Order: sequence, then structure tokens, then C-alpha cells
Amino acid sequence: MASLPEPDRTREWLSTMTLIRRFEERAGEMYARAKVGGFLHLSIGEEATIVGSARALRDSDYLISTYRSHGHALVRGTPPENVMAELFGRVDGCSGGRGGSMHMFDLSRRFMGGYGIVGGNLPIAAGIALSSDYRDTDEVTLCVFGDGASNQGTFGETLNLAALWKLPVVFMVTNNQFGMGTALRRHSAVTDLQRKGESLGVPGMRCDGMDVLDTHAVLAEAVARVREERCPVLVEAVTYRFRGHSMADPEQYRTKEEVALWRERDPIPAFAELLIGEGVIDEAERERIDAEAIARVDAAVEFAEASPFPAPESLYDDVYVLDPNVRGRYSAQTSEEQANRARTAAAAPEDSAQAANDEIPQQLTQALAAGEDGGETSATGSSAAGSSAAGAS
Amino acid sequence: MAQMRYREALNAALREELGRDERVILMGEDIGVFGGAFKVTDGLLEEFGEKRIRDTPISENTIVGVGVGAAMTGLRPVVELMTINFALLAFDQIVNHAAHIHYMFGGQVRVPLVVRMPQGAGHQLGPTHSHCLEAMFLHVPGLLVAVPATAADAKGLLKSAIREENPVIFIEHESLYGVRGEVPEGEDELVPFGLARVAREGSDVTIVGVSRMALTAERAAETLASEHGVQAEVIDPRTLRPLDLDTILESVRKTNHCVIVEEGWPHGGVGANLAALVSEQAFDDLDAPVQRVAGADVPMPYSKPLEDIAYPHEPQIVHAALAALGTRADAAGAQGATR
Repeated sequence: MASLPEPDRTREWLSTMTLIRRFEERAGEMYARAKVGGFLHLSIGEEATIVGSARALRDSDYLISTYRSHGHALVRGTPPENVMAELFGRVDGCSGGRGGSMHMFDLSRRFMGGYGIVGGNLPIAAGIALSSDYRDTDEVTLCVFGDGASNQGTFGETLNLAALWKLPVVFMVTNNQFGMGTALRRHSAVTDLQRKGESLGVPGMRCDGMDVLDTHAVLAEAVARVREERCPVLVEAVTYRFRGHSMADPEQYRTKEEVALWRERDPIPAFAELLIGEGVIDEAERERIDAEAIARVDAAVEFAEASPFPAPESLYDDVYVLDPNVRGRYSAQTSEEQANRARTAAAAPEDSAQAANDEIPQQLTQALAAGEDGGETSATGSSAAGSSAAGAS
Repeated sequence: MAQMRYREALNAALREELGRDERVILMGEDIGVFGGAFKVTDGLLEEFGEKRIRDTPISENTIVGVGVGAAMTGLRPVVELMTINFALLAFDQIVNHAAHIHYMFGGQVRVPLVVRMPQGAGHQLGPTHSHCLEAMFLHVPGLLVAVPATAADAKGLLKSAIREENPVIFIEHESLYGVRGEVPEGEDELVPFGLARVAREGSDVTIVGVSRMALTAERAAETLASEHGVQAEVIDPRTLRPLDLDTILESVRKTNHCVIVEEGWPHGGVGANLAALVSEQAFDDLDAPVQRVAGADVPMPYSKPLEDIAYPHEPQIVHAALAALGTRADAAGAQGATR
């Protein structure tokens, strides 16, 4: 077992894991009450993998994720209010209500998004890393995907390219044992997933994704190696999701006994008990941490309920970055009313949300001008709904 | 003005933008050491180095995705795909990611990416290297689509594309790479998106030509004038998104007749889209139904005589214009129209 880091850090890890658990449980309830639409993929059971890996990053590093990404937004510090509001489809959602459960995003915290296409985020991660490299920074990108994604073409293509171009990406395959409802041994000829990058020049590592200490220790080593050597590594985090693939999953592909066996290794009680045993926290503090998480999620639900739905007039906003000097039509609407709306939008001044994106290009321009490292500036900006729930690494 | 070939104009645009903006990088298969499959990137590796001119593995979807990620974090990548058919391998990154990221993440991040590719028949490359697929990209909100037909537009539009804040599908034409034209000199000589080019003025019929078909339409207009006394106005939209519909509508209101010419397939094509828009917005000004001239509704065949009749030439355009004007009794429609 990895040695125990300082108490403040481990307490924060337990708090964040607990927050993610309570958030996901409540999200499931809200889905059952039809407050949340679409698909809802919960990460209950995978909290140690999420927190252990993300806490191996600096604020200036990037994290990019999948359609199971509420926990990734939360661990990066996106307020639960904005994550819940996104699930509710409200204007204060972290993607403005445009993305939903599968498409969380928070540029200010360098959480570069959840992506709904399996394997779709791997090339984008390589592009982000290329940008970091191009600017001569020592930023690292952590790219998280599932065991199912390791069969996509983008897995082979991107690992090859990242090794060839020496891009600073930690590829982390979250092996939760199933690609949707297809067990690992039924979807991958090689089930030792850490070895899947070997023929592509990407060395592999493995961590116990049910153990936040082991996950953090392995990922810290992987991140340090990638930061130093500017070459990709592949880490397999072995974990399990306790709930179905999504809320619409009768779970006919696994037995209750198998789930019960994994639940015995529930990462949150296991870590809490370890911290109690080591004298870092006591039983009262454990209860307080849980009560705080519940209160935080209560506030998130209250906030999301109060946040308005996006106005119908905003339907066409942000399809394009509009240039008021352009004479042509971005959208060929079939009615005069729609055409006029597109014209009005084109005539409007640039909206302020886009200004948030200027941070990175400006940083790039400055770095290029100065010919020096522009990567250590903290990206921990403030967002719409107050303070962050989780501390920095 | 300088005389240069279409490919040289593209090369000049890339060179100038690489020179003025360090955020610009090029990625693609064989664009560096090889100099580009169509020599568009010739000499750029020597001038700008491997950091900025990047030969890639044959991994179209990933190359475009790397461009998306780099664009989201401050670079201005220009990705070359060897032909438009290969872009189909990258459709996931182009449609699900490049086109939608700005919208689906609530406007937080932009994707200033250019994806260049040539299209078009005429070189006997058969059904996987010869198609004209601009309609597929035109369909997608979030993408801009440029289809330059002249050397001047190739340069001016590519420079605009690189300076764009939105992802741009930049569609070149294989058979135009060697065609010479007058090109304005100067680093800031841009051709703006969303502004059509009136290639020839006329009062009798409006002919809208897309990509190479703008040039074919111009030649057809000469024939119409010299042999039939018909003055055709030829419009090259230059960008299909944003679309300068107003210039087309103004012309139709003047001529009362409209022919749309494209090299791609007729079902769900650019012509279908433009014909619908013109009919919806200028119906009262039309004296006859909008005529469409399109490529044949078949995969592009290899054999030369078959390939030749599978995409439009001047006679079909002349025929369609005359049909629109009611000059011919047998107004049976154009080559390649729906059977």
C-alpha cells in the first residue's frame, strides 16, 4: 500500500469522493423524478479512480473525460450547483444547458469536457497536449476513457501518434469491467489492458482503481514521468461501477452476487476506515464530511431548481462565433422570422461568454512573445456559482 | 496582381499566414517531406520547420481530432486531408466534435480549425477518390464551407479561413490546381466569407455555379451569348456557409430565371438546397421552375467515357438555361437530374 499523504490532502480526497457519491445518488433520484432528461451515467463505485487520478494533476494541467463525467467536473472544482443545473438543463449549467449529463465542460478549470462519442476524446487530448508542447510548457493532459473505448480506432491511432510525436498525455483506461453491458472478456481479445499500448510504443501501468491511495500513487508517477519525458503512458485503473451503465439498464449481463462482491470493496468506506485507523479522522468527522456533502448536494438541487431554462430566443446562440461584418447567412432559415433572428444575432455584439476562452490564446501569445514557459499560471478561475468544493492538488 | 496557379495561390496563403501568426500549424499526410500529394504545401517544411509543418500517420479521424484539441487551446491548425472521400473517415471528429463543441459547451471554447481537402472528378480515380461532397458538410450547423473556384479566391478565402473563429471545411478542386489566374498581392488581401462573386453580369437568366462549376458555367454563358443571344448572369457563391443568398435573390429578381450547377449528387445536394431557398424566397419573381444541373446519381466510374458523362459540362448548362427560358420545347431537364 502506498504511504499516507498529509492529513489535509487525504481528508480532502475523502470529502470529494463523498461529494461525488452523494451527488450521483441524488442525480439518480432527480432522474427518477424526471428532473433530468436523456441518459444519465453514474460513476458510483469509481470515485477512487476519479479523485486519485485528478489529484495527481496541477491546476495548469488538463483533464478530458467521457460521457460519465459528473465526477470529473466536481473533482476539478466545478461547483455542484452548476453540474446539477446542467443536468436540469438550466442556464446556469456548466455548459449552459446545451450539453447535459454527457457533455460537462469548465474551461476555467481546464476540465476540457465530457464527450458522448466513445473514444472521441482521445485525439482531442493529443491536440491539447500538442498545444502545451508547442508553447514549451510542462503541462500534462490526463485523458480518461473506458475499457470499451480501447477497441475504437481512435485508441490505436492516437496512441501511435502521441508516441510518435512525444506528446505529454496520460491515457487512463477506466476498466470498470464492461463496455456498456458487454464484459471485458467478451469485447477485448487482450484483457490485460495496460498492455494494449505496447505495440504502439506506449508503456503501460496499472493501479487499483478501488483504492484512492494506490490510484494516486500510480498516477502521480505516471504524470511525473510524462511531464519529465514528454512521452505518453497508458494507465489501467481497475474498478467497477456499482450501478447500471445508465439509468435504463436492467443489468442482465451480471449477477447480483458479482456486484455484491465488488461492493464489499466500496472505495469510500474503505478509505474512511483507513483514515480512522490511522487517526487522521474520527467517526464524528466522517459523519460530518458526509453531512457536508449531503448539504452541498441539497444546495445544488435547490440552485438548479431555481435556475431558469434557457430562453427560446437563445436557441441559435453559439452555433457560430458570429462576425457582424459577414454579409452572408450562417443559417439558411426557411422562414422570414428565423432569417431575421439570424440577422439580428449577426448584428449583435460579441457575447461575453466567449471572452472566457481568450485566456488560453492570450497565454499562448504571451508565451510565444516571451519565448518562455507560459504554462504555470493557475487556471483556477471563478465561475458562476461561487466557491469550489474541492481544493487544488 | 500576380499570375499564379490555384495551387501556388494556396501555397502563398499558407506561407503568408504561417509567417504572420505563430499559432498557425499545418498537419497532414505527406505534406512535409513529400511536399503534399498535390504539392500545395511544397517548400513549407523547409521554410517553417518540423514543429509547424507536421507529417502525420494515415489516421484521418485522429489528425482532425488533434486539430480540434489544438484549436481549443489556442493554436490555429490547418489540417490537410488528401481527398474529400478520406474526410469521411474523419466525420466523427468533424461533425460530432469540431462542429458542435462551441455550442454543446455553451460557447466557452472556440474551434478555429481549417480542414482542407480536394474534391472532383476528371482524373479517372474511380469511386473512392473523385466525389464532390460539399453538400454533406453544408448540412451541418457549426461548420463553415468554402469552395473556391479561382486562384484569387483560393488564396483570399484560405487566408480568411485561417483567421476565422469557426471550424472551416475548405474544399479545393483537383482539376483546378494547375489553373492560372490573377491574384491580388498583399498580406491583407482577403476574400471575406459570405460574399458571392458575380463572375459575369447578365439580364436573362441567373446561373449559380459551385466550385469548379462556376468556371464551367462561365463558359456556358459565353456560348449562350454567342449562339443563342441569351445574357446569363453567373454567380459563384464562394462560401456555402455563410451563404450570400441575397446576391442570388437580387439576381433572380432581375432575370426571373435560375439554374443551379453543381458537380455533386442531385439528391439532397447543394442545388436542391439553393433551389428550395430561391423558390421559397423569390417564387413570385420566377417565370419558370428553378433548373438544376448536377452530377449523375452514381458512384464515380473509372472508365473515361463513363466518367465524362457523370459530371456536368457546358452543353448541359446551356440546355438547362434554355429550358428555364422556355426556348426549347423539350425542356426535359438537365444531365444527371433525378430519374
